[in-house]
Amino acid sequence: MRYAAPTSVEEAVQAMTAEPGLVKVLAGGTDLLVAIRSGRIEPDLVVDLKRIEETRTIEPEGGGFRIGAAVSSAEMSAHEGLSAMWPGVVEAAALIGSTQIQSRATIAGNLCNASPAADSVPALAAARAVASIVGPNGRRDVPVEDVPAGPGKTSLEAGEFVASILLPKQADRGGDAYLRFIPRTEMDIAVVGVGVNLTLGADGAVADARVVLGAVGPRVIRCEEGAAALVGTTGDDAALATLAEAASAAAAPIDDKRGTREYRIQVTGALAKRTAKIALDRAKG
Amino acid sequence: MPLETEFPQDYEKRDFDVVGSRAVRPDGVDKVTGRARFGADAVAPGMLHGKILRSPHAHAKIVKIDASKAEALDGVKAVVTRDDFPIHEPAAEDRFLRDILVNVMAREKALYDGHAVAAVAATDPRVAARALKLIEVEYEVLPHVVDEDLAMAPDAPVLHDDLGHEYGGGKPSNVAGTVEIGHGDVEAGFAAADVIVERSFKTGAAHQGYIEPHACLANIGADGRGELWCCTQGHFMVRDTVTQLLGMEVSNLRVTPSEIGGGFGGKTTVFIEPVAVALSRKAGKPVKIVMSRDEVFRATGPTASASLTVKIGAKKDGTITAADAVLKYQGGAFPGSPVDMGAMAAFACYELENVRAVGYDVVTNRPKQAAYRAPGAPMAAFAVESVVTEVADEIGMDPIDFRLKNAARDGSKSSYGPTYTEIGLVETLEAAKATEHYNSPLGPDQGRGVASGFWFNFGGQTAVSLNVNVDGTIALSLGTPDIGGSRASMCAMAAEELGVAYEDVYAVIADTASLGFNDVTDGSRVTFASGLATIQAARQAKQRMCERAAKIWGIPADAVKWEGGAAHPSGPNAGDHKPMTLKDIAAMAGETGGPIAGHHEISAEGAGPSFATHIVDAQIDRETGRIDVVRYTVVQDAGKAVNPAYVEGQFQGGAAQGIGWALNEEYIYNDKGQLENPGFLDYRVPVASDLPMIETVIVEKPNPGHPYGVRGVGETSIVPPMGAIANAVSAAARVRATEIPMSPPRMLKLLRDSEQAAQAAE
Repeated sequence: MRYAAPTSVEEAVQAMTAEPGLVKVLAGGTDLLVAIRSGRIEPDLVVDLKRIEETRTIEPEGGGFRIGAAVSSAEMSAHEGLSAMWPGVVEAAALIGSTQIQSRATIAGNLCNASPAADSVPALAAARAVASIVGPNGRRDVPVEDVPAGPGKTSLEAGEFVASILLPKQADRGGDAYLRFIPRTEMDIAVVGVGVNLTLGADGAVADARVVLGAVGPRVIRCEEGAAALVGTTGDDAALATLAEAASAAAAPIDDKRGTREYRIQVTGALAKRTAKIALDRAKG
Repeated sequence: MPLETEFPQDYEKRDFDVVGSRAVRPDGVDKVTGRARFGADAVAPGMLHGKILRSPHAHAKIVKIDASKAEALDGVKAVVTRDDFPIHEPAAEDRFLRDILVNVMAREKALYDGHAVAAVAATDPRVAARALKLIEVEYEVLPHVVDEDLAMAPDAPVLHDDLGHEYGGGKPSNVAGTVEIGHGDVEAGFAAADVIVERSFKTGAAHQGYIEPHACLANIGADGRGELWCCTQGHFMVRDTVTQLLGMEVSNLRVTPSEIGGGFGGKTTVFIEPVAVALSRKAGKPVKIVMSRDEVFRATGPTASASLTVKIGAKKDGTITAADAVLKYQGGAFPGSPVDMGAMAAFACYELENVRAVGYDVVTNRPKQAAYRAPGAPMAAFAVESVVTEVADEIGMDPIDFRLKNAARDGSKSSYGPTYTEIGLVETLEAAKATEHYNSPLGPDQGRGVASGFWFNFGGQTAVSLNVNVDGTIALSLGTPDIGGSRASMCAMAAEELGVAYEDVYAVIADTASLGFNDVTDGSRVTFASGLATIQAARQAKQRMCERAAKIWGIPADAVKWEGGAAHPSGPNAGDHKPMTLKDIAAMAGETGGPIAGHHEISAEGAGPSFATHIVDAQIDRETGRIDVVRYTVVQDAGKAVNPAYVEGQFQGGAAQGIGWALNEEYIYNDKGQLENPGFLDYRVPVASDLPMIETVIVEKPNPGHPYGVRGVGETSIVPPMGAIANAVSAAARVRATEIPMSPPRMLKLLRDSEQAAQAAE
């Protein structure tokens, strides 16, 4: 196994393109190193992104923030502007692993690991985040929900990697939230995750909403019916009940060691309701 | 010569100077600075790395093993398979020993997912891992069974042809044995009852969850003699087991225990040690084996899972008239589940006229169970304490009052036979009832539960040496690995007895060549038995020091007494001599007869059971089924708390493990019988933030069988939690929880089912 630590995006792409064997990108390494140590994968080349300037910064852009691929979730939590604008995304990133892990773990890594249960992805998708992908054919922007292609698989081509993720400007009366269900209080994998991002109109009713479900399908699920249940309402109990039903109906989970299909469907509804309430409170300011 | 006087073992009331204080443990600095050496820290020049190939099948005939490609790999120095583990005489005659051998290395069949089938020793761990992949094993997969109830069914796949003929009606079955305890006439008792509750329960297998995986280093020479370093709860057991299994003489193997990163009973047997010794013997070099966490879960012992039915009848005034239990424990692929202890412990908290408990020892395609903190008792107590509370509820009595009415007391005949001497159950119940916790209000969706628990406690074989150093400090050699702060307790007891400062005593765990045989650290026996032997060794040393003083003073030995850490003339007739302190006598030892030491060897009896009562407040999330334990109090009898801080630690540790077992820990098998969650991510022990501060109340009712009144405390603390939590959860959920773990999916289903049943009834 070889290790490369390029200092530019171009150099990284070149190294990845030149390697005929298995290439793995290293950001925080909190998934990659575990996989290597356990013998699950044996990469021929590991490309460390951390020396590339773009990957290390949180920069204001278009009223929102561009987050480098190697920015840790702890760094995101410490960023006041980002935390104020996208508390749901920042909280989702701060749920990954333990405090120690969070000083290394990145949202780009969380996205590209392509686990259906990734905590930051429903929150990012609800926030309409866009991944900036670089590769041999240049740079392209892709909505984050289209990066994972299925469990452990991404839509990235050979030689491509996510360099940064753009969180757009949050609407003036917008609010976001992410909740997950785990049997423990921390250091666990989501059984169900729900991201909600919504905007209130001048009349105080929900003008726009996004509801994204995690861990209940091979990729995150955008729950359009759930969003529709909120739009035009004040987020009252009846609307939340409709949202819960829609979220449960949209969930397409499997039975596995972390929960039965039936259980996940039931919890998806309950969690959607709770997440929407937090987002509503935040939108109200 | 008064030298070999037998000192009395019985309890004597006294005031303590050192015992009862919260002294800092002698191993503390090493552990917090990383200097302590654990199993995996052992190294030797020229050391090879051993790795074990494990069966991916739950049940399979091993047709052929071809290791030739692995043996040919550069860097591989030895490969061992079943052919390298012939059955030597002791194992041929002793089924228990033979089962350990077969568990250590599979023979005709692989009996569970993770069963060892071969092992290699290579110059590098990566080479060893590659060599494992080159070993070709031809399996013939057989039907499997992992559940105790299914394993008892008539059409179940049978694991062993030579087992279970009695249950199988002449044919082999998976029921290795049955046990029945009790007295009186249970049927007559139920006939006299006003209220009868009968329920069936299931509990999952729980792993001890020690942080340190098993690790050892074996170094066997060309002369067949060697050494073994390992993390274990009993190095004498390791020495005797390994030598018997491998056809060695006991004296040819010296075993040194490392510091231990948790055991909880799981390190009271051998897994990798015989393999490392066999590899080292074959390779002629030191061989180290360190288990991965995956291996720990797949191939070491959790405790048994259980299927239980309990029936209790009582009169309206709260008197229990009869109690009956059927317990089915599966202990993995070999006989020996702790169902016998479960049956004996089930009703041990109660004085019962009519009582019966029947137990079935069931084998399944799971790893061989190992002891886990009060082995067998927590599952039985869960079922019994659930029903006890339900009977109290039906009668309309407070659950503590109901338990007090039926509690075993001093002189009660126990359900399992013996008559109790002095026991502290009633004291724990009364103390629990008086706590602020028990009298505090509950929040919404919360419920409160109580449960009591019992553990036998054990004495056993123990040898201790105590040497007086030239500067008056004390070197204490113990043979029981310290898994819960026992060195601190031994130092305190030696200091108390000798009248010296706690800091002047330094305790080590001596290797097998340096001390007489000691039973393993189990049965909550060490503070009692090693403590007893330490006190007696100190008394012997005191006597010898009195003799030295007598010699110096030129008076008879019986005219000298020991007081406040010094020898004094026993009275005015003995002459006017200035008292000699321990330091004075130690400094002159070389001129007065040589080294001064005390020894004690004993097979200790009179351990004295310990009882506890736990109070739990649990909160349920009715939309997700999630349970939070919001408040927890442990009340337990310690006899005498030698070091209250470590007694509290034992109380809290048992409660924490019980909470994990009750709520989330379980072995999840797929339809092929493979373990799906061999790691701490999905085998969910509680993390710190899952637990409330566990409050403790130490009750001290002296054990008449120990000079200071000490009782073991390590195990009782895990007996009540599952019952207490189930009672709290059932109160909060308004429906009886009967399956452990009470995981969120299981609880949500229970809530939904009970809501639907209620709706249907309307």
